Amino acid sequence: MAELRLTGRPASPGLALSRLFVLGDDAARTGTRPAGDPDQEAVRLRAAIEAAIQQLEEVSGTTAADAQEILEFQVAMLGDEALAEGAFAAIAGGENADAAWRAALNVQLEDYVNAGDEYFRARAADLEDLRDRVSGILSGGEQQSVPAGTVLVARDLPPSRFLGIDWQLGSAIALAGGSPTSHVALLARARGVPMIVGLGADVMTVPSGLEAMVDGERGTLVVAPDDATRASAKSREMEINQRRAIAEKFQHARATLPSGEPVTIMINTAGPDELSLLDPAICDGIGLVRSEFLFHGATLPDEETQYQAYRRILRWAGARPVTIRTLDAGGDKPIPGLTIDDEGNPFLGTRGIRLSLQKPDVFRVQLRALCRAALHGNLKVMLPMVAMPRDLAQGRAHLDAVVSDLAAQKVPYAVPPLGIMVEVPAAAIAIDRFDADFYSIGSNDLTQYVMAAARDIASLSDYANPIDPAVLSLITRTVEHGKRTGREVSLCGDAASDPTIVPHLLAAGLRSLSVSASSVGLVKAAIAGALVG
Amino acid sequence: MNNGTATETAATGSILIEHEVGLHARPSVKLTKLAKTFASRIELGLSEEGPWIDAKSIVKVMAFKAAKGKTLHFRANGGDANAAVAALVDLVRRDFDESHGNG
Repeated sequence: MAELRLTGRPASPGLALSRLFVLGDDAARTGTRPAGDPDQEAVRLRAAIEAAIQQLEEVSGTTAADAQEILEFQVAMLGDEALAEGAFAAIAGGENADAAWRAALNVQLEDYVNAGDEYFRARAADLEDLRDRVSGILSGGEQQSVPAGTVLVARDLPPSRFLGIDWQLGSAIALAGGSPTSHVALLARARGVPMIVGLGADVMTVPSGLEAMVDGERGTLVVAPDDATRASAKSREMEINQRRAIAEKFQHARATLPSGEPVTIMINTAGPDELSLLDPAICDGIGLVRSEFLFHGATLPDEETQYQAYRRILRWAGARPVTIRTLDAGGDKPIPGLTIDDEGNPFLGTRGIRLSLQKPDVFRVQLRALCRAALHGNLKVMLPMVAMPRDLAQGRAHLDAVVSDLAAQKVPYAVPPLGIMVEVPAAAIAIDRFDADFYSIGSNDLTQYVMAAARDIASLSDYANPIDPAVLSLITRTVEHGKRTGREVSLCGDAASDPTIVPHLLAAGLRSLSVSASSVGLVKAAIAGALVG
Repeated sequence: MNNGTATETAATGSILIEHEVGLHARPSVKLTKLAKTFASRIELGLSEEGPWIDAKSIVKVMAFKAAKGKTLHFRANGGDANAAVAALVDLVRRDFDESHGNG
């Protein structure tokens, strides 16, 4: 079979090459066993919960402190009568223990799955873990045992399951779903097990036994790697180790060119949850907060929720600047009930500022929360997908209106500088028409719009080149306009996180980059000229 | 604790959560464990008007999803109500004895 490449989100760094082991759903069982006498069913469930607590306590005795805390949480949940209340009620109504238990847990799971906060969404995995453990005991089924040293493929991986597996060198985890903030991702990072999440349901269809390579830094899984990939895996492994050493060395240093000239290095973030794992001292600020993280819940976030989230981010950053991008929904980021579903070409459709201007009620709530939060730090606000000077003017008019409302209502606020993303060629080409307080180049979209090649089509990846001379000339143009008019220009696309591309961006005149948190050390090393090849 | 209502007292207290990620897994375990060391009925809410939930139930405390920056209100009823509220408020004030919360 030809090699198959799947891309997800990196959750734990490192590289592994090993046999695949696909873990089927223990949850596929159905609760079709007829219910016994309700009293007996209740006793069965109680016994299964007790047995599950015992199992977890046994595992807990053999693990490190971080894992113990996770297990302690699970044991506390299982030991709480409230967890099974619904199940006992259903059993009294004639349901069998397994079905009643699963249904009761699923109701509670649903609540976590729909949480607006990624941390709480990730707790759904803990509840699933408890559900399946007790359910497994009830049905007397053995859990599939996972051989040591494999690339484990699963829909999601419960933390207690992780702890029962021998993660010898060469092991790795590749999940169809999951989250980098899950407990299991935390454990994988602590144990040095490479891990990728969010590979999509397709990964579940690959057969066990094939060889596969997991690259936990790029977030790629290569099934049945060909000889070339296999050969490159070895050298990549050495390279990763070398790079890790270099990255650690440069991580906390101020980024400077060999000439001694300083370069500003900020980070991109998808919200306060992932920031809590990072040391702010590694960066000069946050160049891009993707505010979409607030919009994943069942309902739109209210002003207070947004205000609190922005404050948390500002508190993390201290005196460092934080640039929050207003909602950039649409394109590849649909939000049910807000974005327009049936556009033939969503990347050329109602996205970013275009959507915000069509939904002023939603836009103004966000601007209000931002102005209130601006009191608590060095906040800047930027508008995505600006293509015409009118987009910026209308955005500013909404900001002005929000500010006068706040003043009239005597609500404390500050007015943040208002900048634009430079990602539509129209903006880059005629940059002098845009009277923004600052410019931030979005190299992903700028590249795909300049080259007219979607970035998710693998066979067109040669076109998706951020250092194509056409793209670079627009970057240079924007940088020069910034210099002429005394306005800050930075770049916040993926290109800035790629140490091989960074020298080209510096050559184009950029002195401010916003990168993924995991690439800060390497980018600083590349700026210092400390990376060879 | 003892029978009879003569020793029953009611106490209330409130405190702002400063914990980095709010009332999440580890803090919830600590809070409910501490609450269970008291005999009084103890409840927590996000406002003085409630809704109130059982502060001894981790399932209910987690489902509450109290984020950082929210004010937690405690109320207790029973012989050791005052001590219970004081201890819980103090736990939150000490940031659950964690400097960095990531779990």
